[in-house]
Amino acid sequence: MDGIHDLGGRQGFGAVGHSPAEPVFHQRWEAVARALLEIVAGAVEASGGEFRHAIERMEPGHYLTSGYYERWLTAAATLAVEHGLVTRSELEARAGGRFPLSGPVLAAPVVDAGIGVGTPRFAVGDRVRVREWHPPGHTRCPGYVRGRAGTVVRVDGLYSVPDIEAHGTARRHEPTYSVRFDAAELWRDGQRGVWVHVDLWDCYLERS
Amino acid sequence: MSAEGHHPAPVSPVEQRVAALEALLTERRLVPEGFIEEITRRYESEIGPMNGAKVVARAWVDPEYRRRLLAHGTAAIAELGFGGPEGEHMVVVENTPAIHNVIVCTLCSCYPWPVLGLPPAWYKDPRTGPGWSASPNVAG
Repeated sequence: MDGIHDLGGRQGFGAVGHSPAEPVFHQRWEAVARALLEIVAGAVEASGGEFRHAIERMEPGHYLTSGYYERWLTAAATLAVEHGLVTRSELEARAGGRFPLSGPVLAAPVVDAGIGVGTPRFAVGDRVRVREWHPPGHTRCPGYVRGRAGTVVRVDGLYSVPDIEAHGTARRHEPTYSVRFDAAELWRDGQRGVWVHVDLWDCYLERS
Repeated sequence: MSAEGHHPAPVSPVEQRVAALEALLTERRLVPEGFIEEITRRYESEIGPMNGAKVVARAWVDPEYRRRLLAHGTAAIAELGFGGPEGEHMVVVENTPAIHNVIVCTLCSCYPWPVLGLPPAWYKDPRTGPGWSASPNVAG
């Protein structure tokens, strides 16, 4: 989905801060939230795609104003409710207040994953173009490369297509590629001499 | 509140939500005893950038290892005993006088936990992905 998480290329966010002596967890609740997500994801057998999509479905204002581990907490609670481990009213009663969860899944469940692609369609050096589409569900194709042309610079192994695994138990495996884009192809005034490499699944691409 | 009563630190709403989910999952016997403490200890003391530093230092002094590391990152890193979640498919790139690599996840916060630990705040900051994908020479 073209959600709030897909921020590549957005402007106006300001400089990124850096603190070299940062603790792994700033407060204990962060460590607990992180562990709870692992527990919930294990209990409901959530794939990486389903977990990431649970974060992407957060209300945009909440997403931007919550830190990393609050997003993990929200994903953990959302998956726990959606899979019937707990109810929202139980969570709110225990928390003594509102417990914001992520929004509903907009994509239909995937029942038929289709036939996997065993052999890479593209080779190193091939020119490819990213399909221009706007899936309502999870995808690992950032919006800023859609419709843009690049060159395959590495062919990797077969991996489960996140767009499918996020929406059910069906799985399809496809080759992934590292595709190199000229920054000027992605951004009209892109910096000279800058290349952006993006890992993309076979079904995201067409021959250019 | 009595005049001599202590003032415990106020519990923030997010802490209350974490405690609520932890309590409910614990009641359902889904939280193995000691799991939270153990996983926290591992990420605080065993899994971190010190592991990646060992990999890089080995590559500095062992040209054959450096070659393997650049060709087959996951296997070469496993030679030093490092692997696991978010490190299953590692690709290693090398900076040169002419090429500077910047790694960023513009969709979430993917990070190579086995060699660098959990991502630091700046990497997870929503400002990192937007700027670095567009202007890596000036962002940050």
